[in-house]
Amino acid sequence: MSEDVAWETVIGLEVHCELATQTKLFCGCRNAFGEEPNTNICPVCLGLPGSLPVLNAQAVELAMRIGTALHCEIRPSSFARKNYFYPDQAKDYQISQYDEPINASGSLELPDGTTVGVTRAHLEEDTGKLTHVGASGRINSAHHALVDYNRSGVPLVEIVSEPDMRSSIEARSYASELRGILVATDASDGRMEEGSMRIDANVSVRPVGTTTFGTRCEIKNLNSLRSLGRAIEYEVARQIALIEGGGSVDQETRHWDEAAGRTESMRSKEEANDYRYFPEPDLVPLVPDAAWQERVRVAMGPMPADRRAGLVALLPGPATQAQSDQIRAVVDLGLDGWVSTMVTGGLRIDVALARAANEVAAEGEKGLELVRAANDLATKADKGFEISSNPFTTIVAMESGGELSATQSKALLSASVQAISASIEAGQPMAAALTGYDSRAQAKELGFEALGADALSKVVAQVIAEHPEEWKRYVAGDEGVKKKLSGLFTGQIMRATSGKANGAEVAAELARLAG
Amino acid sequence: MSRPEETGHSGSGGPGLSRDDVVHVANLARLTLSEGEVDLFTAQLRTVLEHAADVAALDLSHLAPMAHPIPVENVLRPDEPRPSLDRSEVLAAAPSVEDHRFRVPRIGTESP
Amino acid sequence: MSTAREMAAAVRAGERTAREITEGALAAVAARDGEVHAFLTVLADEALAQADAVDAAVAQGRDPGPLAGVPVALKDNLCTRGIPTTCGSRILEGWRPPYDATVVRLLRDAGAIALGKTNMDEFAMGSSTENSAYGPTRNPHCLGRVPGGSSGGSAAAVAAGFAPLGLGSDTGGSIRQPAALCGVVGMKPTYGRVSRYGLVAFASSLDQIGPFAADVDDAALLFDVIAAHDPCDTTSLRIESPPTVRPSGSGVEGVRVGLCPDLIEGCAPDVVARVHEAAEALAAAGAKVEEIRVPEFGYGLSAYYLIAPAEASSNLARYDGVRYGLRVDAEDAGAMNTATRTAGFGAEVKRRIMLGTYALSAGYYDAYYAQAQRVRTMVVQAFERAYTSVDVLLGATAPTTAFKLGDKVDDPMAMYMNDVCTIPSNLAGHPALSLPFGTGDDGLPVGVQVLAPALAEGLLFQVARAVEAAAPEAGGSA
Repeated sequence: MSEDVAWETVIGLEVHCELATQTKLFCGCRNAFGEEPNTNICPVCLGLPGSLPVLNAQAVELAMRIGTALHCEIRPSSFARKNYFYPDQAKDYQISQYDEPINASGSLELPDGTTVGVTRAHLEEDTGKLTHVGASGRINSAHHALVDYNRSGVPLVEIVSEPDMRSSIEARSYASELRGILVATDASDGRMEEGSMRIDANVSVRPVGTTTFGTRCEIKNLNSLRSLGRAIEYEVARQIALIEGGGSVDQETRHWDEAAGRTESMRSKEEANDYRYFPEPDLVPLVPDAAWQERVRVAMGPMPADRRAGLVALLPGPATQAQSDQIRAVVDLGLDGWVSTMVTGGLRIDVALARAANEVAAEGEKGLELVRAANDLATKADKGFEISSNPFTTIVAMESGGELSATQSKALLSASVQAISASIEAGQPMAAALTGYDSRAQAKELGFEALGADALSKVVAQVIAEHPEEWKRYVAGDEGVKKKLSGLFTGQIMRATSGKANGAEVAAELARLAG
Repeated sequence: MSRPEETGHSGSGGPGLSRDDVVHVANLARLTLSEGEVDLFTAQLRTVLEHAADVAALDLSHLAPMAHPIPVENVLRPDEPRPSLDRSEVLAAAPSVEDHRFRVPRIGTESP
Repeated sequence: MSTAREMAAAVRAGERTAREITEGALAAVAARDGEVHAFLTVLADEALAQADAVDAAVAQGRDPGPLAGVPVALKDNLCTRGIPTTCGSRILEGWRPPYDATVVRLLRDAGAIALGKTNMDEFAMGSSTENSAYGPTRNPHCLGRVPGGSSGGSAAAVAAGFAPLGLGSDTGGSIRQPAALCGVVGMKPTYGRVSRYGLVAFASSLDQIGPFAADVDDAALLFDVIAAHDPCDTTSLRIESPPTVRPSGSGVEGVRVGLCPDLIEGCAPDVVARVHEAAEALAAAGAKVEEIRVPEFGYGLSAYYLIAPAEASSNLARYDGVRYGLRVDAEDAGAMNTATRTAGFGAEVKRRIMLGTYALSAGYYDAYYAQAQRVRTMVVQAFERAYTSVDVLLGATAPTTAFKLGDKVDDPMAMYMNDVCTIPSNLAGHPALSLPFGTGDDGLPVGVQVLAPALAEGLLFQVARAVEAAAPEAGGSA
């Protein structure tokens, strides 16, 4: 019988990031997703006899940006051949980096302040795409397979973390933050659903307090943060159950079955692969000098962590959990520039953060695009498009100044996104659709006029008169009673004003009247 | 970074090259050898490796392995699209095609 | 037969037509290649069409190029679009590349006429052209003898007078050794001077394309056309240098020639004698000839037979039956790879793939492959030391004259010994040239070899001319 052991989870992540270059790593074929099969191929990425690789300068630039963002040493590096037979590998070897990677010894800081070590981030080429044809489309029951080499040769940076993570939450946080960095450096479009970022998780467990590593399993090809979290949790539970049941964990590669919600062994009859790495004779060393590294650093914009810090600095006091969450969401969505502009322009930060993190986010990709575009235009100070003509900023300004209630502001934001989108779909250019839209006029049309102070007092007095018993208890009651009853009064007042009342003003008026 | 794990074939090699080594290596290289070929190749490869023993025995620790005859660095190309091949010309040379893709028999294993 | 220089000059001047020259070449091939078997594919229609295009250019007053109307034989490991490129192997039988090698394009732009694709040892692995899956090529001087290899077909084509020029590839001597055995000039450039784009790779860090010709100046002419920087080849060098056809200096007065015993000892006595005679000829022409030892050359053979197969084992992995070439069907993809490669590769290719795979495999990499690369560094340093006291080296090319077909096929090690004198230049990436100098006791051609430092092709051709000027009259075919 085993005693109750407290288990510690150890996780390391290997992330393959497709670089957002125009062309492939070693040839001039276009790097594009979702095109007709085998239309972006040439002797090089098809591995035809006689072909030779030539390195893409932009891929190196992006790899260096990633290294810089992850605080790596950017080193003189070389390429190596990783030899193995597989139909999606056009040359039956992959050109990668082995002994001498371009980036090494870095780190990534999670939003909560923890640091995860980054062992290396190196360049390599992607494989073609396999489609298994057969009963389930899965490899085990396939009858034959088809290969499309459009993806063959696409540039990848493989980012390997130290086994520093201790929970699936940490792993998700790392992956999410890394994605934000990859997008911020323009290295990637971050579209995990298109395979731009693919994650392999190395998972093991050990008793709390021990320092040796347990046997680890590699879970391959996780393509969403959700899968990452679920797969890790399943695997940890599996390993613990196995060990506690008297067995031991086999070091192996496992596949995550999303539908079944479990990892499966990919055991094959073959022995461990001998990749027979040797230096790639068709390429020459890559030596980025200090001047080049400096040019890369100088050209980079702020990373997500910097942008979060920028918003935190605008808060009146230390960030609450809720504010931290909103700030993280706003930076993730790329709306921090807009929020920043509004706050430095005098608008209330709580309103700006909330509307950006909640309501704009809720409008989906379309809404996000519009709001970002509006801010971009205002920032570039296009002729005829000043900050004052950013319709979304106008709405937040109205709420911030008390002209609109929160409810009204939310409704108006949504209505504006719909209306502007419709204009664009009807053929209007985006800038014109944005400048041409009058948020104030729309507010009037929706009947969203602010409630004057007199009108509000009248309504409050009316509601109090309609609930004399409750009012007596409210005035006499302690904080807890007051809290409970204020909800009743506020609700009634909102109904009576069709949502136009400002919540804060209502609370202030009730408090004033209660004495 | 460490070298890939040994696959269970230990030894200093060379004259110690065994039939098993030859079979293993043929497997790695996707070649099938008849029994006679295994014998023949084992003997022939042993001879070559015996001659190579003179190289293995040298103390060259003071020298760096040379990867390129002429030292050149930082050869790059601009990230500009170049014309791709005509798909039909490429697929015309393929042993088996389906749906504009290269067709192969079922693949028994996952990618390494 | 006229030289390539004479042909081109005549065509450019309108004195001869490219068509007439090409028809003559095709007729010579038809008359005699049945017994020589230099060609795997003869490009009759294509060649005549190219010739007509050249003649049209001349007629219209456009520059037809420096090789206008000159037929060239192309080794069958050079990609020619739409034309079979087999590398002497079954696994690429009938394969038509969708692109041209850079050198093929340069030749066409220069007005040359691609006469055909020549026979070779399979994937350039061999020293006799007996490893071709399509039957051997025979030495035009004596049909019972090998032409050398792996570029035996191109060497024989020039020796038989089918074309004044040929292109081959040289990884361990595969241009120079067949040149010696066939009594023609063959030259390997500095690594990186000629683009490898479109050359089917054998050993990437050693392979170079180079010219065959009947004399040194023709070889220089062809070299000048193909030696150019290519952005499609990362290892291609950017070099600005004057053409080598007309040397900046002439003669060898004061040139320091190192007669290298390590490139002569162990060769047959008649070969040794010819090399010494060549040395005397240079001395008589004013060169300072002295003996210089470079014992490190002795390790070259072993290092080469680890590095070349290792790179080859990787370069040849792509022949898996998936995208082009031979496919032998099977239950699953892995079995299909195996069945295809087993059926498609010959014994020598299999031998070297296994040797190379072994040299790279886990546990052996450092003792074999990495160590061989250190030997390479040692050889480079040895050359550098030698070139502080001499300007060029002189030695033999091949240890014997052409041996009989079948003599060495069962003894790989004996076959490998053919490369002893040529390998050091490949390891170092230096240029070297073989030219005929007299005959052996059996009346067959002997080649002597001149070696020069990296990028010193001008000096290389200059010294070779001086040797050529003093060479005994070539013997007739036996």
